[in-house]
Amino acid sequence: MPAQETRIITKFLRERPDDSWTIEAALRNGAYEGLKKALGMTPDDIISEVSTSGLRGRGGAGFGTGQKWSFLPKDVFPRYLAVNGDEGEPSTFKDHMLVERDPHQLLEGVIITSYAIQCHHAFIYLRGEFALGAERLGQAIADAYDRGFIGKNILGSGFDLEIVLHRGAGCYIAGDETGLLSSLEGERAMPRIKPPFPAVQGVYAAPTIVNNVETMSTVPHIVNRGGEWYASMGVNRSTGTRIFSVSGHVERPGNYEVELGMTFRELIDDLAGGMKDGKRLGFFIPGGASSPWLVEEHLDAPLDMDSVQSELKTMLGSGAIMVFDETVDPLLVAWRIAKFFAHESCGKCTPCREGSGWQEKVLYRMAHGYGRPEDLDLLLGFGNNIAPGLSWPPGMTTICQLGPSTVSPTVSLRNYWYDEIKERLARDAEARGAFVVTSESMESVEPTMEAAS
Amino acid sequence: MPFTPANLDLARETIAKYPQKKSAVLPLLHLAQDQDGHVTPGAIEEIADLLDLTPALVLGTCSFYTMFKREPIGKLLVSVCTNVSCLVNGGPDLLDHLQRRYAADDDVTVEEVECIAACDLAPVLQVNYEFHGPVTGSDAETVIDEYKAGTRVARTISGSPVRS
Ligand SMILES: Cc1cc2nc3c(=O)[nH]c(=O)nc-3n(C[C@H](O)[C@H](O)[C@H](O)COP(=O)(O)O)c2cc1C
Ligand code: SF4
Ligand code: FES
Repeated sequence: MPAQETRIITKFLRERPDDSWTIEAALRNGAYEGLKKALGMTPDDIISEVSTSGLRGRGGAGFGTGQKWSFLPKDVFPRYLAVNGDEGEPSTFKDHMLVERDPHQLLEGVIITSYAIQCHHAFIYLRGEFALGAERLGQAIADAYDRGFIGKNILGSGFDLEIVLHRGAGCYIAGDETGLLSSLEGERAMPRIKPPFPAVQGVYAAPTIVNNVETMSTVPHIVNRGGEWYASMGVNRSTGTRIFSVSGHVERPGNYEVELGMTFRELIDDLAGGMKDGKRLGFFIPGGASSPWLVEEHLDAPLDMDSVQSELKTMLGSGAIMVFDETVDPLLVAWRIAKFFAHESCGKCTPCREGSGWQEKVLYRMAHGYGRPEDLDLLLGFGNNIAPGLSWPPGMTTICQLGPSTVSPTVSLRNYWYDEIKERLARDAEARGAFVVTSESMESVEPTMEAAS
Repeated sequence: MPFTPANLDLARETIAKYPQKKSAVLPLLHLAQDQDGHVTPGAIEEIADLLDLTPALVLGTCSFYTMFKREPIGKLLVSVCTNVSCLVNGGPDLLDHLQRRYAADDDVTVEEVECIAACDLAPVLQVNYEFHGPVTGSDAETVIDEYKAGTRVARTISGSPVRS
């Protein structure tokens, strides 16, 4: 039987494509029932329910959500919640769907989480380019205030909460949790060194929980149906469902919510309709532009956050799967990703600032017929300075993960096409009649150098 | 132009939502851009004044974010994605086509952008932050011309809904 979606957080928005974002439709669907239940529980009970569920962050790092909340230092107030809706990782397009089409599910998760962590001021940082999302979420917040789900003394519980929608303004690095905090404070979105972690010292130097939009949208379901129920789905330590954004050369690109543990092949073939126009797969990127790439032999691997990291040396990251057919030049894709990172590097760390720019330049010439035979080794050489070891999870020499992520394309080129690329570069150099530096050519210039001295 | 009285009220309301005033830099820059079409040097000074910050800090923040334009641009901002999913689906050709087509049109500014999180619609663009995709060059021209003619209502230059 072909694999199927398991719709939990996308069920309602799929069922009511014409009005799922309105408060009337949401209430008819039982929105805020989880909130009512949560307000009858103690904050600690909610945290332990979320821990039981095994829910892990859907923003990229996959950190245990309940565990993160329990890192808040005791008795330090005020605390803040900053919801990450920056969604900038190339080819990820799930969060703005959740914002645009089910904002009340998100808000319910935000209110429950705020109650659980005892914060009275939550921010939703929404990527600036999501105009429709801002419009719908803004309306949803206003409606939720009107009905008493946000504001003072929520539903008579004595719990107060303000929620502020904060629009970004075009900047990938604002998606990094500490970059987000800088941005929320009105500054350039430059990441900060950890520790201190945001849970200890976040926005305004106060304890702050940063969680992704999809993570937040899952919380009401866990409260409603219990942590055990959620943990019964999925595989190993990857419990529950996740939305995967599948794009590129597939017949039906789109968002698919599936139980973790399904294979890449089932997701790509059964759900996304397989390769476009019946072409063969060239390669695919499993977790956003930051992740190292995979090829055909990996298609039967399960969508399991831990085994993808330990066995395939890459990550499910933001759940963005890009599929490329056999006609696509890996060098071109590598260059375009390098261009992205060079543009988005915030410039704070030297290896990332300089390395991202050089990778773009060298990959550009490699992809466009101006490569030099030693270029791939050159890239691997300075890649090793940015992400020592050239593996995954990467070695770090920088403040945030953007730095080592810039090396993922180069590592992927090495993994699958090393000889092929070297030959191609040699051919390109020969075709241009370029002077190629080899040990022999060095010998031939030596006499001239002696003559000069 | 300084904030109009209505926008000044809005600015004060926005500032009051944050525990610390400085957090209002981005929202006020959006507001100023919506009012004037781009972020003017005067707006930087005025925002700094409202938030008790130096103009240098506000300008520093402003210059970090691609949505803020510090030079006048057209009334319609066409943002074409050329990141990987769009790259392999014709994004660069679409960009090239539209850049040529609107090169001499002061009302339309065409820019290249990074992934705008609508890769299932590749090749995709935004017009004043409204998504359109997948589009061919001529589809895109039709859409842009409808915005120009007013048969489609564009959002503001910073992507806010048009206030009635
Ligand atoms: C360069 C960079 C960009 C990131 N972009 C995003 C993003 O757009 N959205 C997001 O939720 N997390 C993003 N993250 C991950 C966040 O730092 C953080 O781990 C996440 O928001 C935590 O929420 P979660 O635990 O619910 O996943 C990014 C991280 C890095 C290093
Ligand atoms: S790794 Fe790059 S993006 Fe991250 S803080 Fe350093 S310079 Fe900025
Ligand atoms: S790659 Fe173009 S929208 Fe994502």
